[in-house]
Amino acid sequence: MIKARPGPMICPFCGPRDAGEFRFGGDPGVARPEAGASAADWAGYLYFRENPSGTAREYWVHAQGCGGWLIAERDTVTHVTRQTRKATP
Amino acid sequence: MTGPVRILPQAGAEKLAFTFDGKPCAGRVGDTIAAALLANGITTVGRSFKYRRPRGILAAGEDEPSAIVDVRLGGVLVPNVRATMQGLEAGMQVTPVLGRGAAVLTGLLSPFIAAGFYYKTFLWPHWHLFEPAIRRLAGLGRVDPASRMPAGECGNLAVDLCVVGAGRSGLRAAIAGARAEQSVLVIDQQAGPGGSTLWRGGAEEAGALVAEAWALGVTLWPASVVFGAYDHGNLGVLRQGDGLSAGDALWTVMAREVVLATGAIERPMLFEGNDLPGVMLADAVLHYLVRHGVRCGSCPVIATNNDSAYVTAIALAKAGAAVTLVDSRGASGWAGEAAARGVSVVLGAKVAEAVGRDTVRQVVLSDGQRMDCDLVAVSGGWTPTLHLFCQAGGKAVWDEARGILVPAFAVAGFTVTGRVAGDWTGPDAGLPWVWSGTPDIPEVGRAKKIWVDLQNDVTLQDVRLAARENFASIEHLKRYTTLGMATDQGKTANLLGAAALAQATGRKTVDLGLTTYRPPYVPVSMAALAGVARGPLQTPLRRLAAEAAHRASGAVLWDYGGLLRPAFYGPTDSAIAGECVAARQGAVVFDASSLGKVAVMGPKAGELLDFLFAGRMSSLAPGRIRYGLTLNEAGTVTDDGVVVCLGPQEYIVSCSSSHVGAFTAGAEEWRQTRFGAQAVHVQDRTPQWATMSLSGPQSKAILAQLGIVASLDDAAFGHKSIVPGQFGGRAARVARVSFTGERGYEISVPASLAVPLWQALVAGGARPCGIEALGILRAEKGFIYVGQDTDGQTMPQDLGFDGPRSKRKVGFVGDRSLQLPVAGDPDRKQLVGLARADGGVIPAGAHLIEIAPRRSIGFVTSSYHSPSLNRGIALALVEGGRGRIGAEVTWFDLGQTGRAVVTPACAYDPEGRRLHV
Repeated sequence: MIKARPGPMICPFCGPRDAGEFRFGGDPGVARPEAGASAADWAGYLYFRENPSGTAREYWVHAQGCGGWLIAERDTVTHVTRQTRKATP
Repeated sequence: MTGPVRILPQAGAEKLAFTFDGKPCAGRVGDTIAAALLANGITTVGRSFKYRRPRGILAAGEDEPSAIVDVRLGGVLVPNVRATMQGLEAGMQVTPVLGRGAAVLTGLLSPFIAAGFYYKTFLWPHWHLFEPAIRRLAGLGRVDPASRMPAGECGNLAVDLCVVGAGRSGLRAAIAGARAEQSVLVIDQQAGPGGSTLWRGGAEEAGALVAEAWALGVTLWPASVVFGAYDHGNLGVLRQGDGLSAGDALWTVMAREVVLATGAIERPMLFEGNDLPGVMLADAVLHYLVRHGVRCGSCPVIATNNDSAYVTAIALAKAGAAVTLVDSRGASGWAGEAAARGVSVVLGAKVAEAVGRDTVRQVVLSDGQRMDCDLVAVSGGWTPTLHLFCQAGGKAVWDEARGILVPAFAVAGFTVTGRVAGDWTGPDAGLPWVWSGTPDIPEVGRAKKIWVDLQNDVTLQDVRLAARENFASIEHLKRYTTLGMATDQGKTANLLGAAALAQATGRKTVDLGLTTYRPPYVPVSMAALAGVARGPLQTPLRRLAAEAAHRASGAVLWDYGGLLRPAFYGPTDSAIAGECVAARQGAVVFDASSLGKVAVMGPKAGELLDFLFAGRMSSLAPGRIRYGLTLNEAGTVTDDGVVVCLGPQEYIVSCSSSHVGAFTAGAEEWRQTRFGAQAVHVQDRTPQWATMSLSGPQSKAILAQLGIVASLDDAAFGHKSIVPGQFGGRAARVARVSFTGERGYEISVPASLAVPLWQALVAGGARPCGIEALGILRAEKGFIYVGQDTDGQTMPQDLGFDGPRSKRKVGFVGDRSLQLPVAGDPDRKQLVGLARADGGVIPAGAHLIEIAPRRSIGFVTSSYHSPSLNRGIALALVEGGRGRIGAEVTWFDLGQTGRAVVTPACAYDPEGRRLHV
């Protein structure tokens, strides 16, 4: 058995950078409800989040760098970031 | 018997004078404090934590549990210094962290202070009643508030390969990495490379390796400890400064690969009286002899269960000591060699007890034989230093056959080599090496104690008591007895404790597991974590471009949210009232440079602003200004400010000074994730511009003298509009806005012109006005400070802005939340004013209460004496507040109560006529 080790975070604009430069930005899979959404849907958007064990898609922002928002595919158990891409609408 | 003595006086070695517990001593350059203490014949270096037993130096490195001292040097007191790790300097005043104080008391109590004593004894009525007194007795070194704890500057380094440990294995790994063209950093806690070869032999081989590593460009950090292995290959490193007063520097090393060559730590042995000064680890005895020329005893007994201590025995014999070696095994490949070198070897015997009062005087062997001695050097086997490997996600398991810990599996990027990897080949003398030694747990028959954890005073009896009380898990044992929880983290104790628990519960050590290895490996001072970011550098103040001009105008500057701003102008705060009156009757100038100036540009600029603000902004005509609120998605007001339209597709958002960062970050998030980075751009230009806010009935006349704008005609330049101008040959902007309720102009110029603009306005007749007066002026008008006059539930309608909820239902941040049932609750807290019949001031923070049943219906958010109205004014958030206007309410503050009438929030010029005077 070989335990995997997380590498640095890769900013799609700046390349590999220290993870400390990034700030977590939430779950990109949670879509903002359309106008007229039910209160339950709105509450889900505001407050309810999955807490997956394993692969997760996450918003991160290169806060101490270029300021760019990115979507990372990250393993919440090993902390290995598999890939990152620019966040786009 | 001489006890410890320096036997190799190096000719010409510089002498360093220091004191221990007030007594003058002399050491040598190159000594650690511990080596110097031994060289001065000092065996007792402190008292134990719980029982105040005399304690000596056990080890020679970071595993030392007892030799912890406070050191004063040159006016600086550094507490909890490890005597075995800190180099000696001339003039050091060394004191034990625990002296004789309270020794008698706790000594008398000692039969009762068993495992869980505190839990059991102070249970009733409540632990917190006893805690303060016990805490005063507890703890180690003292902190001197008058002394600034030294620390170096924090740093970062990225390398391809970081090797921890500069022994032979580490140096070989470093050379291999450097040959593969990796950038290589080697970190070692000793003053120089070589590892244990520096006293165990093999120094020539190590020297050759060092020379080769140097030639290949390997970097070495000596006197440095890797205290933690964290995610992403980050290592926390403490680098000792050049001398005690330089302090430790905290470094973060980011390494693609890490090689651990951290070696092993020798285990003590368990026998009665094994905590007496004079009982030392055999390897440490060899270290002090070879490295420092200090022979720790003239008549030593060596107790061992492996071959490694034979080297110590032979070296001591060569140094003139009368050495007896007691080997618990029946045979050793080294016995003959040792005997030939003058060591008296006793095979198949154990030390059962060490006897002495303040230092060891005698040992009793298992067969009852007594031997006089002044030193007991013990070797109970070796524990590989796998701490960092485990912190990095690895696991160590006990190898019963070899008596060592071994890595259970591999961790990517973390290689172990040398003794940590179970490779025990060493510089042999043609003799077989058996390093393994299984912990030997003696029966406890007599009243005398056998010590497992010296620093936390945990005995074998405590471990057995815990097992009897069913604290059978290793993690429970640790917490119940505090075994391994001292500042040495049980480096010499944990395995013995595990083995003792295994024996007491009839299990195998391997099945018991180990407690979790957590950082830090060595204690890290708060000072090192802070580095130089302390005092004024902890949170450096931001400053205004015109600070010098403010000081020239007599400003008293205070810290407002990290920004140094003029509070008032004058020697005392009595100036505040005058500034308020001047604003209403003449004109004042206020430095508003820190207000946000965030540019929003591009085809979708209006669309983004419409989404960010609770009110519509895209309908603004060029040259016009509109006030607005920003919300979060829960509908809570997060900021207020004005939006300026400079032209189609170009806006400036003037948010609150303290919300510039949050507004910009929020705008960036929505821009990049919702609107598209190409269609709109956000840029914070706050620091580039200085803004002076001119306010009062005389403001127009003063501004007219300066000729910044061509015309101040109110028909063309009305309230809430902006015009371009010129000042000092540079482009300027003048906006008609007001935060005081009076006619007002905000003049913005490049920051480099802040001082001349300030001087021109003051020379023109405007009185300087600070934040404190502005706070009163805006409260008179009912203008809010978001965060002070709002809380985490305040929505726009609570502040009297009904539009976002009633008219503008979709398309902005927080829109849906404003339609939730809770947003329409008539009992929501609403912003109102308060007035006392006697004109007095209600304390800010007072609650408004109902008497029966007694409960709070709101609270006072701002409260001042208004010089213009000559009475107290207050703003408050009150349940159903607007419906209570005209009604009396009761306020309560720290036991004081009074009555007040609820009023509209605006107490001054509600019709807004003053804007046009």
